[in-house]
Amino acid sequence: MKVLVTVKEVAEPDDEFAIEGTDIAASDLEYDLNEWDDYAVEAAVQLAEAGIADEVVAVTIGPERAEETIRMALAKGADRAVRVWDDALEAGFADVAAKVTTFEAVVEAEEPDLVLGGVQAADTGFGATGVALAERIGFEHAAVVNDLEVDADAGVAHAHRELEGGIEELTDVDLPAVLTVQTGLNEPRYASLRGIRQAQRKEIDAKDLADLGLSAADVESALAITSMYEPESESDAEIIEGDAGESASRLAEVLREKGVGA
Amino acid sequence: MSDVLVVSEHRRGGLRDVSYEAITAGRELADAQGGDLHVAAISGDIDQFADDLNREGVDAVHAVSNGEEFDHNVYQSAVGALLEQTDAGTVVIPNSVNGLDYAPAVAEAHGLPLVTDAIGFAYDDGLTVTREMYGSKVETTVDVDGDRHVLTVRGGEWAPAEGVGDAPVESLEVDHPESGARVTGFEEVGGGDVDIADADVLVSVGRGIEDEENLELVEELADALGATLSASRPIVDNGWLPKNRQVGQSGKVVTPDVYIAVGISGAVQHVAGMKGSDTIVAINTDPNAPIFDIADYGIVGDLFDVVPELIDEFA
Repeated sequence: MKVLVTVKEVAEPDDEFAIEGTDIAASDLEYDLNEWDDYAVEAAVQLAEAGIADEVVAVTIGPERAEETIRMALAKGADRAVRVWDDALEAGFADVAAKVTTFEAVVEAEEPDLVLGGVQAADTGFGATGVALAERIGFEHAAVVNDLEVDADAGVAHAHRELEGGIEELTDVDLPAVLTVQTGLNEPRYASLRGIRQAQRKEIDAKDLADLGLSAADVESALAITSMYEPESESDAEIIEGDAGESASRLAEVLREKGVGA
Repeated sequence: MSDVLVVSEHRRGGLRDVSYEAITAGRELADAQGGDLHVAAISGDIDQFADDLNREGVDAVHAVSNGEEFDHNVYQSAVGALLEQTDAGTVVIPNSVNGLDYAPAVAEAHGLPLVTDAIGFAYDDGLTVTREMYGSKVETTVDVDGDRHVLTVRGGEWAPAEGVGDAPVESLEVDHPESGARVTGFEEVGGGDVDIADADVLVSVGRGIEDEENLELVEELADALGATLSASRPIVDNGWLPKNRQVGQSGKVVTPDVYIAVGISGAVQHVAGMKGSDTIVAINTDPNAPIFDIADYGIVGDLFDVVPELIDEFA
């Protein structure tokens, strides 16, 4: 069985940041592997270690800088990687359909039995690509999976979906399927030094849209970000000033008034 | 202009609050677009749901009688049928775990632009959606092409629709493909010896604690204050505290007299679980952390400096 893992390099703003135009200034952003995708990579690698998956391929849509991130997935145990980037994708804010079109072409080339990806990306937070991809490529799907057992012989994934309020839905999903992975599904490993060394020798296949048989028109976005701003603070909090001792002393006063520690 | 279709959400026999909020959001859009508002109840006790959803501002209720619990194939087929049978072109769906299990598929199947987790709409020539990015640190406005869309709306952003409406209720049954995803049951998680929802005072710990061995510090604080220890999601994901300690959307909703958030940034999923607390105290190094937006008292500082001093105050 072949597993395709979608990973994204996400940007995280520093505590202090400036907004330039419709995005945060590049100098105030740090890049990292999306937290949810880290759990998806771990799930895929565990399937390989259990002898259920024969091959784990990581795929990302991102610029050359993202190779650092996708190499993390390789260091953790993915066999090889595909990175898709194109001027047409850089030009605007790719909507879900544009990403799905790109991934669809990769799925056609790779023919996976299972596609795993994070529930959402930490930066844009759409939470939609996996389920939309499943619809496009005719796979079954389950969103927000926090427990997973794959029975490859029976062609079914036994999944728990984490609903709100401490309830989990138990679902049997026929393969091939797309599953979106919630944090807490497993314990993502740290890449070992050996893994990092091996990752340097693993293949990252860089492709543009033409390589995938696509053109700029295929990834035209229906969405445009027209402004970005820091939300007005609705805070009416009393901010307690002073050094740690002073502020703790004032807070203790407040808490005692509320009957705490009495 | 096109009508708006709101799809309600229910679980284990009851409509979820976000259904009524989505009606308000849908009415706002229908007014802006000059269209009618349709509301769908799909599966379960649809007669009761159709009655409950028939609130002021609703023009038509559609009751789809397939099955009992949520099945994304049924929901997708039902929405597809309603898009064909009515003049609805815009679909409004709760931004919930189940909403995100079919809304993207609906958008994809019908070639409609999708915007998830909306917190506001503006309409002027075309639709503009307000939503957050970068973990609630910024808001963005997003212009959406066309006049047909799929939108998911965040819970708690619109007031629930009220009043009693007099919309006609139409029943239908839909053909749907045999489901390749079958719900076999439900499980309640987070049971155990402690119910954090019962506590009067909670000391709640988040990612700022950095390391499992530092948990001793907040345990000591909870002891000194006679409080119960709870946590935000990352602490539970890491296995440092059990699931029954988790506050938030996927954990417990708590409303203690005093909630002390230590090293918690206040992601929307966490805030959903504790914003009803009487008094909220936040200790965090980041002055822009969203937790300060809902706090009554805040200390901008390092928890490793402040918490030991606070323990001393109560020792």
